[in-house]
Amino acid sequence: MPGPYKETDLTERVEAFLSDLKRGGSGTGPLRGSAETARETTALLRRITAQARWSSAGDLMEIIRKEGRRMIAAQPSETTVGNMVRRVLKIIREEYARSRGSSEEADQQESLHKLLTSGGLSEENFRQHFVALKANVIEVINELLTELEGTTDNISMQALEHIHSNEVIMTIGRSRTVEAFLKDAARKRKFHVIVAECAPFCQGHEMATSLSKDGIETTVITDAAIFAVMSRVNKVIIGTQTVLANGGLRAVNGTHTLALAAKHHSTPLIVCAPMFKLSPQFPNEEDTFHKFVSPHEVLPFTEGEILSKVNAHCPVFDYVPPELITLFISNIGGHAPSYIYRLMSELYHPEDHEL
Amino acid sequence: MADSGVTEGPDKKDEIDRAKSEGKELTKEEKQRLRKEKKQQKKNKEKKDDKASQESEKEKKPLGFPPPASQPPPQSTTQKAPSAVPAPAPVSVPASEAPVPADKPAKSKAELKAERRARQEAERASKQGKKGETGQQAATSKQKAPPNELQPVVKRLPEHIQVDNPDVLKKLAKKLERQQTPGQVADKQIPLRMDYGYKVSLFSHLHQYSRKAPLTQQVSIPSTVIHPAVVRLGLQYSQGIVTGSNARSVALLHAFKQVIRDYTTPPNEELSRDLVNKLKPYISFLNQCRPLSASMGNAIKYIKKEISNIPSQCKEEEAKSKLLNCIECYINEKIILAAKAIAKSAIEKISDGDVILIYGCSSLVNHILCEAFEKSRKFRVIVVDSRPRLEGREALRRLVQKGISCTYVLISAVSYVLPEVSKVFLGAHALLANGYVMSRVGTSQIALVAKAFNVPVLVCCETYKFCERVQTDSFVSNELDDPDDLIVTRKGKTHLKDWQEVPSLGLLNLVYDVTPPDFVDLVITDLGLGMIPCTSVPVVLRVKNVDQ
Repeated sequence: MPGPYKETDLTERVEAFLSDLKRGGSGTGPLRGSAETARETTALLRRITAQARWSSAGDLMEIIRKEGRRMIAAQPSETTVGNMVRRVLKIIREEYARSRGSSEEADQQESLHKLLTSGGLSEENFRQHFVALKANVIEVINELLTELEGTTDNISMQALEHIHSNEVIMTIGRSRTVEAFLKDAARKRKFHVIVAECAPFCQGHEMATSLSKDGIETTVITDAAIFAVMSRVNKVIIGTQTVLANGGLRAVNGTHTLALAAKHHSTPLIVCAPMFKLSPQFPNEEDTFHKFVSPHEVLPFTEGEILSKVNAHCPVFDYVPPELITLFISNIGGHAPSYIYRLMSELYHPEDHEL
Repeated sequence: MADSGVTEGPDKKDEIDRAKSEGKELTKEEKQRLRKEKKQQKKNKEKKDDKASQESEKEKKPLGFPPPASQPPPQSTTQKAPSAVPAPAPVSVPASEAPVPADKPAKSKAELKAERRARQEAERASKQGKKGETGQQAATSKQKAPPNELQPVVKRLPEHIQVDNPDVLKKLAKKLERQQTPGQVADKQIPLRMDYGYKVSLFSHLHQYSRKAPLTQQVSIPSTVIHPAVVRLGLQYSQGIVTGSNARSVALLHAFKQVIRDYTTPPNEELSRDLVNKLKPYISFLNQCRPLSASMGNAIKYIKKEISNIPSQCKEEEAKSKLLNCIECYINEKIILAAKAIAKSAIEKISDGDVILIYGCSSLVNHILCEAFEKSRKFRVIVVDSRPRLEGREALRRLVQKGISCTYVLISAVSYVLPEVSKVFLGAHALLANGYVMSRVGTSQIALVAKAFNVPVLVCCETYKFCERVQTDSFVSNELDDPDDLIVTRKGKTHLKDWQEVPSLGLLNLVYDVTPPDFVDLVITDLGLGMIPCTSVPVVLRVKNVDQ
C-alpha cells in the first residue's frame, strides 16, 4: 500500500515549504515574490487534499486549518499563505454545499434575516461523506492555480486604460506587478517613470534598470526627494505587500510618505494588487503589524563607537490608510477602496477569518 | 498697450517701431543709436577699472537703462532677445534682464523717453566708467535707489540656473577670462567646469558636476590669479569636506581674512577699489567649485560694502586691520552670538519628556539640543537621515557624545516613528521672501508627514540667511550633486553601475528643496525677534535694509 510512503512524502514537502518560508522572510535568503508563494501554497494544499487521509469535508477542513496555522506561524508577515488557505477552505465549503444540493446563493448570503431566523451554516458540521468531493475540490483548486498564473497578465492588460502619453509616473521600490504593468503600456505609449529607490534595500535600482532596458525613460531619485519632485508627477502607481480588509495597505516603507505627498498635490494613487493579496486582517494590532529587520541596514557596524548607545530601527512595512488611495487595479478589474470589503466576502467565508 | 494713437512726431519714430515690433527684434536705428551711446560713454570713462561697489553677480539692481525691447515684452522673448542680437552685447544683456519692470507699461511714451534721456545724461556725467562689454550698467547702479521706494526691481538671472542657454555660458567663459589683472599671461586661470553625465530633462537648466573631476585639476599650479587659501577652500567645497551653510560661510570669511592679510595695494591704486576687483575672480572660482549659498552671498555683499567704505586717505595697515576686525565682528554677531540667542529662545520650547525629531545635520539645531541638555532638560532625540549624504550620522555622533539618548532611522521610516514624536526641529539653508524655507532635500517631506500627524514643526534660522529671492518649487533654482553618489553595492550587486551606458536611465541627486509656509509652525531666529511666523521674513528684510 502506498499510504505510509505518501504520508512521509507529504510531511517532507510541508516541512520543506515551512523552512523555505522561515528563511525567505528575513531578507537574507532568496527573495521570492508573493505570486510564487501563493502558487506554492496552493499546490501544497492540493497535494494535502489529494494525499492526506480524510473521510468528510469537516476532516479535510481540520487538516487544512492545522497545516495552515503552521504555515502562517512560520512567516506571519507573508499574508498570501493565509489567504490561500482561506480560499481553499471556502472552496471546500462551496463544493460540499453543492454536493449536498443546497442552493449556492442561500449559503453565501449573510443576510440579517438569515442570521436571525436560522442558524444557517453554523449547524452544518460537514460530516456527510461524498465520493466525488475530493475530485471536485481538486478540480476547483486547479482552476484557482490557473487564475493565479494569469493575474499579472490580467493586470497588465488594463495598463493602456490608465496611462496616457507623455505622462510622468512615480513608483517606489520594486513590484513585479507594476513592472509588468508599465512595460505593457510602454509598448504603445511613451511616458516617463520616476522611481524612488526605497532605502535601505534600494530595490528601486533594480526596477529602474529593468524598466530602462525596455526603453522607458526612467529616473532614479532618493527617498528624500519624493515631495520635491511630486509636483511634476501625473500619477503614482505602486504595488503592495498586502491589501487589508478596510481598503488600506501594508506596503514597503516609504509608501505612506509617498501617499501623503500625492494627496497634497492631488495626484491619483493607483495600487496594482492581484486578488490573492487581499487579506481579512485589520490594521489595528500594533505589535503584529510591523516587521523589522536588522538595524545593520540602517546603521552599519562600522559606526561602532556609537552603536551601543543608539537605538536604530528598520521597519519593513508602512500602513497606508484607505483615504489616500484612489484606485485598486486587480486581476478582476478596477475598484475603489470602499469596495474591498465586498470583494472579501466573495473570497473568504467569515468563519475562516480567524484560522 | 500704449502704442496706438501716439503721434509725437518723427523723433518718436523709433519708439513706434519698437512698439510695433513687440519686442522681438531691435530696429536697426535702435541698435545704431545704442552703439553710439556706448562709444561715448567709453570715451568718458577713466582708466581705472570698474569700481562698482555693490557689485556681486547675484545682486539685484534697479534698472536705469530701459530694455531696448518694447515695453512689455513677453517673458519668453527675453531669452530669445540675446540670440536675436548678435554683436552688441551691451544691448543684449539688458534685454536678457527679466522681468520687465512692472510699472513700465503704465507710463506713457513721452515720460519714458524723458526718463531715459535723463538717465543717459546721468550716466555720461558720472565718474564711474563702464567696463568693456558687459551689461553691468554699473553707472546706473550708482543711483542707489533705496529699496523703500517701489523701484522696478529687475534682477539679472544668475548664470547657474541658465545652463541650457549657450549664450549665457559663452558670456561666463568670457567673464572668467577677463577676470585676471591685466598684464597676466592669458591662459585660462579660472577654468570653466564641465557638466557631467546625463541630466534629467526637468533639470537641464542646472549644472551637474562630478566629484571626481575637481576644478583644481585644470588650474595651473602655482596659480597666479587665485590665492592658495581660496584654491584650498574651493577644493574643500567641491569635495564635500566643508558642508553646511554656516560652516561654508565661516570658512569663506576666514579665507578672505587670509587674502586681506596677504594683500598689498599696487601703486597708483586705491585699496577700496582694487581689493574688490581682486576678490571677483576668487568668487567666480568658488562659484565654479560649488554654487554659492544664500548665506555666502550675504557675507560677500557685506565684505564688499565694508571694503568700498574704506576712506581713501586711510593707510594700508590701518585699513587692513579694520577690515579684519569687521569680518571678525560679522562672524561673531551673525553666527556665534545669533546661535546663542536662538538657543535661548528655543530652550523655552523644549519641555521635559519631549521626543524631538531632527533631520540631517544642522549645526544650529545640534547647538540648541546640546544647550538644552546642559540645562538639564529631559528629552530624547530621533535623528532622521537620508541617502546619499547620510549627514544624520554626524549629528548622531555629536549628540551621543554629549550623552543625549538617540534613536536613528532613515527617512522612509518616518511614518513609523512620528506617532511618538512631540516636536520637530529643522534647520534651514535660507528663508525666502515669500515665506518658503529652503533647506536640505527631504525637509519638506518631514514637514509634510509631521503635519499629517499633527506634530508641530519649528524651523531655526539666523537672520543672515534671510534672502530676498522667491521660489515656489524645487526645480527652478536648485543644485544637482554628483549622480554617482546614488550608486550602492548591496549583497555584492551594483545595479546602477553602468547607468551611463543605458540611454534612458537618469539619476537625480538633488541638494535642496523648498518647504511651503503652511507646513511650518514657527521660525526661531535672532536679532531680538525670537519667534516669528514664516511669513514675516520680508518684514525682517525690510527692517534690516533700512537699518543699513
